Amino acid sequence: MNINWFDADYLPWLIMLFPLLSFVIIVLFTARSRIVSQFVALAGIGIAWVLSMVEFVKVVWASDAELGHEVFGSSIDWMTLGTRTFEMGVLVDPLTAYMLLMVPLACLLIFAYSVGYMRSDPHYSRFFAYISLFAGAMLTLVLADNLLLLFVGWEVMGLCSYLLIGFWFHKKSAYQAGVKAFMTTRVGDMLMMVGIGYLFIVARTLDFREILYNEEMLAHLASTPAVIFGGSAAALIGVLLVAGTIGKSSQFPLHVWLPDAMEGPTPVSAMIHAATMVSAGVYMVVRMFPLLSAGADFHAGDFSAPMIVMGVIGSITALGAAILAVGQNDIKRILAYSTISQLGYMVAALGIGAWVAAAFHLVNHAFFKALLFMASGVVIHAMEHGQHEAAEHGDEHLHHEPEQPDGLVMDYVPPANDIRRMGGLLDRIPVTAITMAIGGLSLAGFPLITAGFWSKDEIIADAWHGAGEGYLLALLVVLCLLAAAVLTAFYTARMWFMTFWGAPRTPAAQHAGIGSFRNAWVRSRWARARRLEGVAVSHQDRSSALWMEVPLIVLAFLAIFAGFIGVHTDFPLLGALDNPLHEFLGGTLLEHPTAVDFNWLPVLASSLLALAGLGVGYWLYGLRPLGAEDADPAEQALGAGIWRVLENRFYIDILYRRYLVRPAEWFAVNIVIQAIDKETIDGVLETIGEAFVWLGEFFKRFNTIVIDGVGDGIPGAIGSFAGWFRQVQTGRIQQYLLYVTLALLALGALMFIQIR
Amino acid sequence: MFDLLPLDILTTLTFLPLIGAVVVLVLPRERANAARWVALGFSLVVMLLAIGVFIEVQSNPPGIDEWAFEESFIWFPLLNASWHVGVDGLSAAMILLTGILMPLAILISFEVEERVQTFMALFLFLETGMLGVFIALDMLIFFVFWEIGLVPMYFLIFLWGGENRRYAANKFFLYTMAGSLGLLLATQFVGLAVGSFDIPTMIAQWPLFEGDGGKILGLDVNVFKYYTLLGFTVAFLIKIPAWPFHTWLPDAHTEAPTGGSMVLAGVLLKLGAYGFLRLAIPLFPREWVIPRQIFSLEYNLVDVLGLLAVLGIILGALAAWGQNDFKRLVAYSSVNHMGFVVLGLAVAALMYGTLWARVNNDYRLLAGVAGIDVPSGQSAQQVVSQLYPDERITEDRDNAVLAMNGSVLQMFTHGLTSAGMFLLVGALYHKAHTRDLRRFGGLWDIIPVFGGILVFTSMANLGLPGFGGFVSEFLVVSGSFKAYPIYVLLSMLGLLVTGIYILKGIQKILHGPYNEEWAEYDRTEHRLEINLREVIAIAPLMVLILVTGLYPSWVLDVINAGVVRFLGS
Repeated sequence: MNINWFDADYLPWLIMLFPLLSFVIIVLFTARSRIVSQFVALAGIGIAWVLSMVEFVKVVWASDAELGHEVFGSSIDWMTLGTRTFEMGVLVDPLTAYMLLMVPLACLLIFAYSVGYMRSDPHYSRFFAYISLFAGAMLTLVLADNLLLLFVGWEVMGLCSYLLIGFWFHKKSAYQAGVKAFMTTRVGDMLMMVGIGYLFIVARTLDFREILYNEEMLAHLASTPAVIFGGSAAALIGVLLVAGTIGKSSQFPLHVWLPDAMEGPTPVSAMIHAATMVSAGVYMVVRMFPLLSAGADFHAGDFSAPMIVMGVIGSITALGAAILAVGQNDIKRILAYSTISQLGYMVAALGIGAWVAAAFHLVNHAFFKALLFMASGVVIHAMEHGQHEAAEHGDEHLHHEPEQPDGLVMDYVPPANDIRRMGGLLDRIPVTAITMAIGGLSLAGFPLITAGFWSKDEIIADAWHGAGEGYLLALLVVLCLLAAAVLTAFYTARMWFMTFWGAPRTPAAQHAGIGSFRNAWVRSRWARARRLEGVAVSHQDRSSALWMEVPLIVLAFLAIFAGFIGVHTDFPLLGALDNPLHEFLGGTLLEHPTAVDFNWLPVLASSLLALAGLGVGYWLYGLRPLGAEDADPAEQALGAGIWRVLENRFYIDILYRRYLVRPAEWFAVNIVIQAIDKETIDGVLETIGEAFVWLGEFFKRFNTIVIDGVGDGIPGAIGSFAGWFRQVQTGRIQQYLLYVTLALLALGALMFIQIR
Repeated sequence: MFDLLPLDILTTLTFLPLIGAVVVLVLPRERANAARWVALGFSLVVMLLAIGVFIEVQSNPPGIDEWAFEESFIWFPLLNASWHVGVDGLSAAMILLTGILMPLAILISFEVEERVQTFMALFLFLETGMLGVFIALDMLIFFVFWEIGLVPMYFLIFLWGGENRRYAANKFFLYTMAGSLGLLLATQFVGLAVGSFDIPTMIAQWPLFEGDGGKILGLDVNVFKYYTLLGFTVAFLIKIPAWPFHTWLPDAHTEAPTGGSMVLAGVLLKLGAYGFLRLAIPLFPREWVIPRQIFSLEYNLVDVLGLLAVLGIILGALAAWGQNDFKRLVAYSSVNHMGFVVLGLAVAALMYGTLWARVNNDYRLLAGVAGIDVPSGQSAQQVVSQLYPDERITEDRDNAVLAMNGSVLQMFTHGLTSAGMFLLVGALYHKAHTRDLRRFGGLWDIIPVFGGILVFTSMANLGLPGFGGFVSEFLVVSGSFKAYPIYVLLSMLGLLVTGIYILKGIQKILHGPYNEEWAEYDRTEHRLEINLREVIAIAPLMVLILVTGLYPSWVLDVINAGVVRFLGS
């Protein structure tokens, strides 16, 4: 067979191969060399990125008249069950192509950033092996042409997140967070596995082409009654699949793992929050949307069960997480809750059928969230550096990794992550400050110029339209999302101003910095302009800062411009771009989705709310920057009681621990092992054993009294036999065995005699 | 009569280890190393033969009523017993598993220092017993080999075990003996009733056996069949071990030497499940599925079997979670994973009974299986063929094919992963002299290779996609969902806990604060790191686990041929 591997049908295999290959190479061969491992990892993801771009271009060019009506892919026979063959393969349609635009690029930037960020880590090679596997798994998931292969990527990512969140495995909080992430997502994964299994026996296939691109199949699924719980098979499968997303994309009530996941190194957080893990959950429901909405005409307000679940869960999550983000002081934890909230937007969008908008927001969010996380990583690096400097200068006693109390204490914040201890970092890490501002504005949905605005606005516009038609679900979604939008803008502003604005609140912040030649130059001009004195240039490796800052700049660019491809055609001026995204992605669905009519109201509403949130943030934290001794105005405004609830994350984590995990463990140890296995089952056995011993005793007595009295002849005979037998019974196992073997050989000989 | 090679390949395969055992025993006492290498050599030859058998079955899968390498001659005319052997896809996969695991277990057993010859001889003897069960097509031969598999294991635990070995060995012996007793009686009854111990003949005749006007030995034939079924089933359930017959397993494993544990978990447990496939299901198609009543609650035996499977999955996982002895944890994980095998078997038995009822036009039974009430006055045939037409039977059959494929594949993959897990437990214990999880911690820095392999094997054990265990568990879940949706959903709870105990194992050893005790130990005595011999022993397992996960066809084709043959017509 002659395969042109650079054909658009076969290229996807290569795309996912290279990062996986990097993983294998690092683990088996190059783990000892940091430089080689780093190079192998970068090469793997770099090649994957280049090939993805080639593939993307091929997909776009393949059908210039009508974008995206051709699906590329190839498959192999994977297993045969009964007489049916299961095929495993890859598929690239417009949705996949759009993801290929984001995933490899974001991964590549994160890899590059890691070179700088992880430089001093003793497990440097291992880190690159893990993230290569992570990226490979995500690409597998995106490129899969069936749910089973998608699930393989899905679960391997679960493993990677476990290993990476617990990367600093000596730290209790780290490995516990890893376990928490793995187990919480596993709850969803197991339900999803049942969903896939059920789909497999109803549809007899898991191939996307045969299910999603096949009207008959969808109708069949929607008309088959489910085996349990009532409803249609499609609805049951859909709800089970959505359960997978609730776990993976950290939706309520399985959202608890994501805020803890920041225990991993910061590039991992960027990986999890942007390019891979949580995006995978949303990607899956976006991908399976035709199935999730099968049998329901959602344009007419008839939402299917999975859609209702998504709409409600997404709305609750978007609003709830935004509220929680307001009450956090850990810079990474604020971002973590904002991720949960933004994922809620996407899930809610799918719930009301805003399919294109969900995909659009998924990609935009990945760009600006990767940016925000990596920028926060620089902030933390700078703060850690500042702590060391401050300790050297004697301004502050350096507490070496203060030991956390047993278990995960909810309101514990590592000092280097604590925004209350920052302030004034704008002058110390200006590139980071500016790029982070761009990312923050995109997250807040700053009107017109940011990517986040366009995608968020499209979701709200769709929900607005639905609410206008009088659909309750859409009304719920639009209310929750608008409320969340204000809060998002507010907590973003709070985070940014508390970190970068005003004067340093601690000596650590005073001495913070990552240092580099270029940075020093910028800083000197900057310093002169702002008349700052005595800012020391730190001596950290200069290239390391470069590795970290270049990805930030690239992502800042994307956080602005990635949005213009999806502007509504009727929007003044920018509408002239003709909304290529909608056209392109629409080809993925059977029925080309119609964009809702352009409406000024939602655009104005979301713009004003974003500006209002930012404005309040500026008013509280920007106009009069927080001093070292000042109390947090938000805390004052809300009161200590509510603040406490927010810091403790609505007590959900504690609830799970106290009423689910601990009782289950108690049940395992005390009931299953002790009461059932040891006492009941073994108890019965021992009783039987004792009964036999007693019976033996009885017969022995019986023997001595009755039988011994009968005759001495028999015992005599037995005695002589026993004397002979005692010689046989030497107590040596070898001899016993020899006898057994001999006996068997004799049997064998007998057998042949019989044949003759 | 005698050719140059008087025996066929299956007989050679089976008795070669026995000859090896004799050779090892007659070697001079002081040549311990010679005994090791001779044993390894014999097991490697057996492995090659096993691979040969597998490849042959792969290229020419036997059809219905055919057997590969079939051989038959009269053995004991008095008992109507013959030396009848042959394999199909199901047994070929098991023979391959046995052939692969034995050399690795022997290689690991090189660490045994006392009574090496006896140890190796027992091991080879054990191999004969296991292979014999897989090739037997005669009930008496099956039983003899079944018992042979028991004795060496008893001695392996009793003589080379840990502190509590006497208790463990006796418990193992009593449990399995109790099972064997029932098996022996049931075998005798069925054999005498049918007048033959030939398994295919028994399968053909026994289900239709009517006795003397519905009576046999003065008992109602149905009652009689019910008790013989229990005789078979309990023996096999103990061996699997299914809940609640499992408590011998953790004790036996904890005390057994590493090589013994590998074989025990890897192959011996599969004998029980294999017994279901070969005997317990085909002999009693009707008894499994016929509706019964207890306190006006309607049930059939397949439902009970499924329930035991689910209880095994959930309670096995919970019990594993509660352990602090690493080896006990892994032992309980076998209960957990074998539960999926049993669940698949339950679905297979259900379908086998359904098909049997359909083929024999027993519509009343079919109505009972499908839960259809036949109103009085109407013919069962009419009602059933309307409500449960042949197309739906075919559909359900396809699901059962999935479940059964998954079940047998799970036997295979669990054989590989559990052997790997026990190898790792042993590798650590051999150097650290403790298995108490609470005493380890933070060891990943000093044992990076061991750590990597442990994570790999643990994840395979967990059923992570990409490894063989996932394919099998997925197939069982998928194929069983229509028949037993509630069982499947409950078993997901078990799979969830599987995650917890697997992570507990990894975390307690590798993660967490560094236990300085071991750093000191590592410097002064020997290294804790896995040694080359152990790596060589586990590498083939890892490769096979991964290959099975990425491309299951290589073994699934053979299994599938056996399954289609089983659920044919």
